[in-house]
Amino acid sequence: MVRIITSYGGLLLTAMGRTLLLALLGLFFACIVGLFFGMMSVLKNRACNIIAQIFVDMVRGVPMIVLAFFVYFGMPYLFNTIIGGFNVVLTALQAGTICLALNCGAYMSEIIRAGIQSVDVGQMEAARSLGLSYGTSMRKIVLPQAIRTMIPSIINQFIITLKDTSILSVIGFPELVNTAKNVQANTFMSFQTWAIVGVMYLIVITILSRCAKLLERRLNVGRQ
Amino acid sequence: MIRVRNLRKSFGSLEVLKDISTDVYEGEVVVMIGPSGSGKSTFLRCLNRLEDVTGGSVEVDGVDITARKVNINKVRENIGMVFQHFNLFNNLNVMDNMTLAPVQLKKCTPAEAKKRAEDMLGKVGLSDKAGSYPAQLSGGQKQRVAIARALCMQPDIMLFDEPTSALDPEMVGEVLQVMKNLASDGMTMVIVTHEMGFAREVSDRVIFMDGGYIVEEGTPEELLLHPKEARTIDFLNKVL
Repeated sequence: MVRIITSYGGLLLTAMGRTLLLALLGLFFACIVGLFFGMMSVLKNRACNIIAQIFVDMVRGVPMIVLAFFVYFGMPYLFNTIIGGFNVVLTALQAGTICLALNCGAYMSEIIRAGIQSVDVGQMEAARSLGLSYGTSMRKIVLPQAIRTMIPSIINQFIITLKDTSILSVIGFPELVNTAKNVQANTFMSFQTWAIVGVMYLIVITILSRCAKLLERRLNVGRQ
Repeated sequence: MIRVRNLRKSFGSLEVLKDISTDVYEGEVVVMIGPSGSGKSTFLRCLNRLEDVTGGSVEVDGVDITARKVNINKVRENIGMVFQHFNLFNNLNVMDNMTLAPVQLKKCTPAEAKKRAEDMLGKVGLSDKAGSYPAQLSGGQKQRVAIARALCMQPDIMLFDEPTSALDPEMVGEVLQVMKNLASDGMTMVIVTHEMGFAREVSDRVIFMDGGYIVEEGTPEELLLHPKEARTIDFLNKVL
């Protein structure tokens, strides 16, 4: 155990850094994707609702490992060979980010939809009756109230996404799990290696959920 | 000021308003009464297009607001609305509730909006509540803030959708008093209410609706004391 930490500790920490980088990038774009499709599903427009529903159903209905292979291998093949004329090359980080953005974005859009729908329709009606536009009413009145109810679910989704980065080891991104596989192959100390990796995830995620709790409490100040 | 012609409104296969025609003149206070489900609230909500109409026309100051190309936000700036459940913005304090729309819509500077809001709060007797959040107010206070919020846009018309129905009995009076003051200031008002005493005292005209039709309309004396239609008599016997 000590030998792994002294010889491979730096390597594993760097890998943890990449895991966090991937998770942050994924989450950032997932928020955009989620907000986009979340808004589409609450608009009073049948076509928008259906498009959002199809997106959510498709992403939720496919295991993330399949999505990862599809984005990393399938998409370049589609553009470069089947359609032809393109030269799409995705790095593992890019493919991983797209993959997380789609996967997490689908769940986020459901969280955002539910959050917006949990706000009393009277709030929107009152804002509109004063002459405010739909967009302003949404931005100033509905979303601020929706976000408060969404926060616990969003944080939960963030943690799931952080853990989901481990799946992306299959496309060769050198995040924590992928690196740990190499360490194990070099040292044959599988118990120790995976125990260390487990503890590393545990520490990071515990810190994150504590921060989340703090944030949640801070946001609830002044809430009646 | 408001001219309604052959207004119809359906929700799916349910026709809630069937051929409503009436006018509201400047400075007039019109009270709508009738059993629940008679279409009073829906009628009121058609006047600022919170409900899209199925047929007919609603003209406000000569503008047909049912027309597709009309800028409904502009129209609504001029029509205040007060709801049964107050609908104060829960995420904003009283002052911000009142200044949000005037500032956002560039009706005035933030300083002017604040000044106006303070005046309005004074009028409804809540000057000390500017910093409170809606959840810290009683029902009657919330409704008075809601009225003041609508007045901050300086509308020409005010719509009231059962403004006292969700209040505890001892708070009804304070809200009605604010509405009386508003009426005596010459505001054009359309009010859906079950407060018959208020209707008799304040209104210029009472409209009785049932089953999606206007059954009878007239001065409060005519309609409340000497109703002609059997359905009006029947309804008044039950509520008075």
